[in-house]
Amino acid sequence: MSQIHDDKVWELNLQAVKIREDVIKMLLAAGSGHPAGSLGMADVFTAMYFHILHHDPKRPDWEDRDRLLLSNGHICPVRYAAMAHVGYFPKEELLTLRKLGSRLQGHPERMCLPGLESTSGPLGAGLSQGAGLAFSARMDGKKWRTYVVTSDGEHGAGLHWEAVLFAGKYRLHNLTNIIDRNNIQIDGTTEEVMPLEPLKEKYEAFNWHVIDIDGNDIRQIIEAVNEAEVITEKPTCIIAHNTPGQGVSFMENDHLWHGRAPNKEEADQALAELEKIATRLKSDRS
Amino acid sequence: MSEPELHLNDKISQGQRAATRDGFGRGLIEAAKINETVIAICADLTESLRLKDFEQNFPERFVRIGVSEQSLVAIGAGFALGGKVPFVASFAMFSPGRSWEQIRTNVCLNNTNVKIVGGHAGVSVGPDGATHQALEDIAITRCLPNLTVVVPCDAEQARKATLAAAEWPGPVYLRLSRQEEFNVTTEQTPFAIGRAQTFRTGNDVAIVACGPQVLESLRAAENLERAGISCQVINLHTIKPLDEEILLQAAKKCGALVTVEDHQVCGGLGSAVAELLAKHIPTPIEFIGAQDRFGQSGEVNELLKEYGLTSDHIENAVRRTLKRKTEKI
Repeated sequence: MSQIHDDKVWELNLQAVKIREDVIKMLLAAGSGHPAGSLGMADVFTAMYFHILHHDPKRPDWEDRDRLLLSNGHICPVRYAAMAHVGYFPKEELLTLRKLGSRLQGHPERMCLPGLESTSGPLGAGLSQGAGLAFSARMDGKKWRTYVVTSDGEHGAGLHWEAVLFAGKYRLHNLTNIIDRNNIQIDGTTEEVMPLEPLKEKYEAFNWHVIDIDGNDIRQIIEAVNEAEVITEKPTCIIAHNTPGQGVSFMENDHLWHGRAPNKEEADQALAELEKIATRLKSDRS
Repeated sequence: MSEPELHLNDKISQGQRAATRDGFGRGLIEAAKINETVIAICADLTESLRLKDFEQNFPERFVRIGVSEQSLVAIGAGFALGGKVPFVASFAMFSPGRSWEQIRTNVCLNNTNVKIVGGHAGVSVGPDGATHQALEDIAITRCLPNLTVVVPCDAEQARKATLAAAEWPGPVYLRLSRQEEFNVTTEQTPFAIGRAQTFRTGNDVAIVACGPQVLESLRAAENLERAGISCQVINLHTIKPLDEEILLQAAKKCGALVTVEDHQVCGGLGSAVAELLAKHIPTPIEFIGAQDRFGQSGEVNELLKEYGLTSDHIENAVRRTLKRKTEKI
C-alpha cells in the first residue's frame, strides 16, 4: 500500500493523456478497434502500471509480480499503450496493432506478448482465471495479488457470475475485480440492453467488499486499491464509473464509438483536444 | 509396438471388471504423490468421477466448484497460470460439451496446462439417456489446435494415461467411460501418449478402436479367426496426435479397416483415421459408432446392441469391408 502525493497524481494524469493520444494513433493506423472503452480506462491502466502494480517490465515472467488480467480484451489498445510507455516493449511497435504478424493482436494473446498474463476477448472468462490465479497464490502462500479488469457489459455472461460465486465462497481476498463501469455496450446502454443495477448490492450479496469510485480520478483509483489490500476476509470489487471516450468530446458517452476507429480527420480532432488537456495540466502546474 | 512386448492379459474376458473412471481415480492419487503441483477441481460429480479418495488424501488440493462447468475450465486455466497442473473433471457432456469455448480460448489458445477430464462418455452411460451421453466430444476436441485427446481402453490404461497426462507439457482431454469391462492391459503394459498399440496381429482386416470397444474388437477378432479371417486389432488410445505410422502400416498390410467407437461416426476416431488414409493410402473402411443419432435410456448391453457396438456388429463390418477389398482387387 502506498500513499499518494499531489505531484504524483499530476504526473499520472499527464501520463494518462499521453496514453490516450497513443490509443487514437493506434486505432487510426489499424483502421479498426475499440476507442470508447480504451479511452475511458486510460486512468485505471495508468494508475495500475505506473503506481500500483509490483512488476518489472524487463522481467515480465518475474514469479512474484502482481497479476493484471484484462477480461474485456477488446480494450487492449489502452493496455498495450500503457505497457509500452512503462517499458515492456518499444513504443514504435504500438502502430503494428491488428496488423498481420504483430504481437499486438486485435484481442490480447498471452503467447504473443510477454506480460499479458492471459488471452482474452470472448467475454465473461477473465474473473474465473483471476480467481484460479488468486487461489493458487493462496495455496502456495504467495503475497502477490491478482487484479482483473472486467466490463459492465460482460456481466451478462453466466460464466462471470460463476466466478463471482466462487471467489465469494472461497473468500479470495487477494483478488480484486475492477469493473469498467461505463454504462455502454455494443447495442446501447447497459440499462437498456440488460440492466445491472443495483450492481453494488449484487456483489455484496455474493460476499464481496464493494467500493464505488470515479474511474477517471487517479487518486480515487489508487485509494480504492489500497483499501482492497487491507480487506482480508473477502474479495473486493471496485466499480470504476468512467466516461467512455473520456478526453475526446465527440466520443464521450456515445455507444457508437464502442467499436469504430476514427478516420484521419476525427483522429486529428481527437489529438488536438487531448493536447489541449495536456497543455492545461502543464499550465495548472506552473 | 505389438503384442509380445505388451504383456496383455492372457485371456480376455476374465478377472475383475472396472471402468476407465476407476483407473483415473487411482492414477490421479499416484500423480499427485509424484507431482505436488497436481490438483483436482470437480463440478459436483466427485463420486462419479472417482475423486472421493483424492479428496480424502489431498483435501487442500481438491476444489469443489459446484454445477459450473464453464468456470470449471476457466478457473482451471487460472490455476495453471499460477503454476498448478489442474485436472478439471465433469461429465463429457458438460465438459467439453458446455465448456468448449473456454477450452478453446482459455486453455488451448492461452496454452494453459489444464487436463480436461470428461467422464460418462458414450451411450454406455446407460439409463440416464441421451442428455447425458456424450457422443460428440472427440469431434469437438480433436479439432482444437494444441489439445491432446486420449481415450484409454481399460481401467489399468486409464491409470497410466492419467499419470502420463500429468507429465504431458500441455492441455489434454481425457475421455472416460462408466462401462465396466475386463482389463486387457496389465501393470506391465507400456503406455505412451501418441503411440498406438497393436493388441493382435492379423493380415486381412485391421480393426481400429478406442475405449472399451477395444476389448469388444478383440472378441470379434477371436471369433473371426475361427472363421478363417485374420484381423489386426489396434488400440488407438490417442486420437490426437494420431499415430500415423501404425495406421499407414496397417492399411498397407491389410488393405481394409473397421473403426469402432462409442461416439458419432461423424468427426470421431473413424474420421481421424479416414482423413489420414484418404490422403496417403485410400482404403475401404467400415465405420462403427452412432450413425447421426442421439442416445437413449436403456441398460448398457441393450444400448451397445442398439447402437451397433457389439462383437457381432464388428464381425459383420469386417466381412463387409473384406468384401469391398476383394471387389476392389
